[in-house]
Amino acid sequence: MTYLPSTTTDPDTDMGPVAQVITPDGERIVDPTLEPWVDGISDDLLVDLYRDMVRTRRLDGEGVALQRQGQLGLWAPCEGQEAVQVGTARALRAADFVFPSYRESGVQLVRGATPTELIQVWRGEEQSMGDPFIRRTAGPQIIIGAQTLHAVGYAMGIQRAEALGEAPSDDVAVTYFGDGASSQGDVHEAMVFAASFGAPVVFVCSNNQWAISEPVRVQSRTPLAARAPAFGIPSLRVDGNDVLACYGAMRWALERARSGSGPAYIEAVTYRMGPHTTADDPTRYRDPAELSRWRGRDPIARVHALLRASGALNDQREADIAADADTLAAEVRAACLSYRTRDPLTVFDEVYAEPHAGLEAQRKAHSAYLDGFEEGVS
Amino acid sequence: MTALTMAKALNAALGRALADDPSVLIMGEDVGTLGGVFRITDGLLGAHGASRVIDTPLAESGIVGTAVGLAYRGFRPVVEIQFDGFVYPAFDQIVCQVAKLHYRTRGAVRMPLTVRIPWAGGVGAAEHHSESPEAYFVHTSGLRVVAVSNPSDAYFMLRQAIACDDPVVFFEPKRLYHVKGEVDLDAALADAPPMGLARVVRAGSDATVVTYGAQVTTALEAAEAAADDGVSLEVIDLRSLSPVDYDTVAASVRRTGRVVITHEAPGEAGVGAEVAAGITERCFHHLEAPPLRVTGHDIPYPPAKLERHHLPDLDRILDAVDRVLERPHSLSEAAQ
Ligand SMILES: Cc1ncc(C[n+]2csc(CCOP(=O)(O)OP(=O)(O)O)c2C)c(N)n1
Repeated sequence: MTYLPSTTTDPDTDMGPVAQVITPDGERIVDPTLEPWVDGISDDLLVDLYRDMVRTRRLDGEGVALQRQGQLGLWAPCEGQEAVQVGTARALRAADFVFPSYRESGVQLVRGATPTELIQVWRGEEQSMGDPFIRRTAGPQIIIGAQTLHAVGYAMGIQRAEALGEAPSDDVAVTYFGDGASSQGDVHEAMVFAASFGAPVVFVCSNNQWAISEPVRVQSRTPLAARAPAFGIPSLRVDGNDVLACYGAMRWALERARSGSGPAYIEAVTYRMGPHTTADDPTRYRDPAELSRWRGRDPIARVHALLRASGALNDQREADIAADADTLAAEVRAACLSYRTRDPLTVFDEVYAEPHAGLEAQRKAHSAYLDGFEEGVS
Repeated sequence: MTALTMAKALNAALGRALADDPSVLIMGEDVGTLGGVFRITDGLLGAHGASRVIDTPLAESGIVGTAVGLAYRGFRPVVEIQFDGFVYPAFDQIVCQVAKLHYRTRGAVRMPLTVRIPWAGGVGAAEHHSESPEAYFVHTSGLRVVAVSNPSDAYFMLRQAIACDDPVVFFEPKRLYHVKGEVDLDAALADAPPMGLARVVRAGSDATVVTYGAQVTTALEAAEAAADDGVSLEVIDLRSLSPVDYDTVAASVRRTGRVVITHEAPGEAGVGAEVAAGITERCFHHLEAPPLRVTGHDIPYPPAKLERHHLPDLDRILDAVDRVLERPHSLSEAAQ
């Protein structure tokens, strides 16, 4: 038996075949695979998805502005990727656990992150978003791919809840990562573990076509979704700029995981509209024509067109949503400007869970050193 | 002589190595079209082509592991690890394979690999972008480990590292990438000081400050301030962390009798501990005071807004100088 690779129609930054239920023009169409998972979705839910995408984009704009004004050290924009983030995250339950990368601000927003949490890492004040157990969402992972293994381990823990005296549950672990991450050994090992143990985990690969300057073809010559079956994991390749398709794909994946059928993999084909981070200059490696081609596939515009046509979105509702997004941005800005850096000696806190003699001595010595400055510590 | 930033000097060294030796290859994430996130490989793809300047998949173990195979085949790969904190996925390949192959094969296999690492902190970066992992590599036999502190050394030491038949872990302080210095681009490589030698960057008589990387700048500032105070500090840039040039270090300490070692990596089992032990073994009877270390704290690298409390600054170095000189200093008895 010979297995031959199936290549994408155009692995070079183009769509190739994807499952879609809303066209770029805002027309609702039927995809046989996704239809059972999006059939009967209410207009209200669609409006909610739209609202979350608008909020995410507004947050993103504010993040970039704050960085440009020197208030944030860095920002990783997610403009263009709102549909995959919001669509998949909205399908989750609060009890599911999410392990994202640094670009998933939309996921963090949907999971309920506060304005302060959304900026503190980028401002250089903290290294995480705080307690991951509060909203069952880990902070932004910077080591590419590492979080995929954490999600699989968490899912293996879900399978073993009874050992901890807890009731069995149908909770699911979810991990988000990029097309570049798909090259990391950790991601491959995560798929091996997930499949071998039938772990209730969903892999969401946001294929935004670029890993900093490297197009997806440097990572793969086949659609990324085609890799998962080789590990024994079923996958779906969806239009990542179609929020309803992402929502439906996630429902499909979650249903499998919840019902004991094991892991599932989604490749959401999307595009990073902005730079990799505010420190990056995409004009060095990206063709402007490519960018404008993808502008025509804007994930927010198509839902907007659909909702306007159906009448679910009128001027008033649209204005409310815009105002709501502005409020969020104002809150983020206020949280940023009012942030006060913590006391220097707190760098010695929480290095260990139990007292550590060596570090206690260092804290004392550094405290005495700081006291030596007449003006005190500024 | 030309005034160049360290970034440009490194770029010139890579360009020269590619031009001089067809077996030299550049590999890494974003090193091609983008020219590297720090632009160290800027223009090299255009000048030397995609078979010699290779944008790799985003996989550090893959980058170093395939470089091992290329070295088997006779190439001299120069790999770029994008940031210090991302060398760990490649750690297994570096310590288990790269470092050991020559030994394991009784010299039959050479690993003339250079692993370039944009390194250390002080630039307000995000988590995992300011690490000082040098001690892990110094602890591994079979590797040479060097750290540069100025554009001229960057230019010549990188070329020496590439020409070296042993694997070299090459640390480039990000904090100094855009600082300019004089480089004689036309000088013969053979005339440059070998990368294994330490250098006295400032002569002095009261105490020796041993350091490396960006901390050389801080130590020189401390020496300047101490001079205003009537204290004469000798500053030594180690340049090579494995092996350490103890001849240069010991000659200085025998004269001054007092030594402060400073680096921004955490102190525990760090390079400073090794150097202090090496000095004590060699200079015990010349020492007027115990060698002191001034290092980063034994904590994970803190968030950017607090990093200045972690990085040893001029005052912490001067404080240690006061202590080795047995002068009054800021640390109370209670704190010790
Ligand atoms: C292990 C590791 N290597 C390198 C990096 C540097 N780096 C940060 S993001 C990035 C590109 C990631 O691309 P992708 O996985 O496609 O995600 P995207 O940023 O496009 O969302 C790289 C190389 C890192 N953070 N971690």
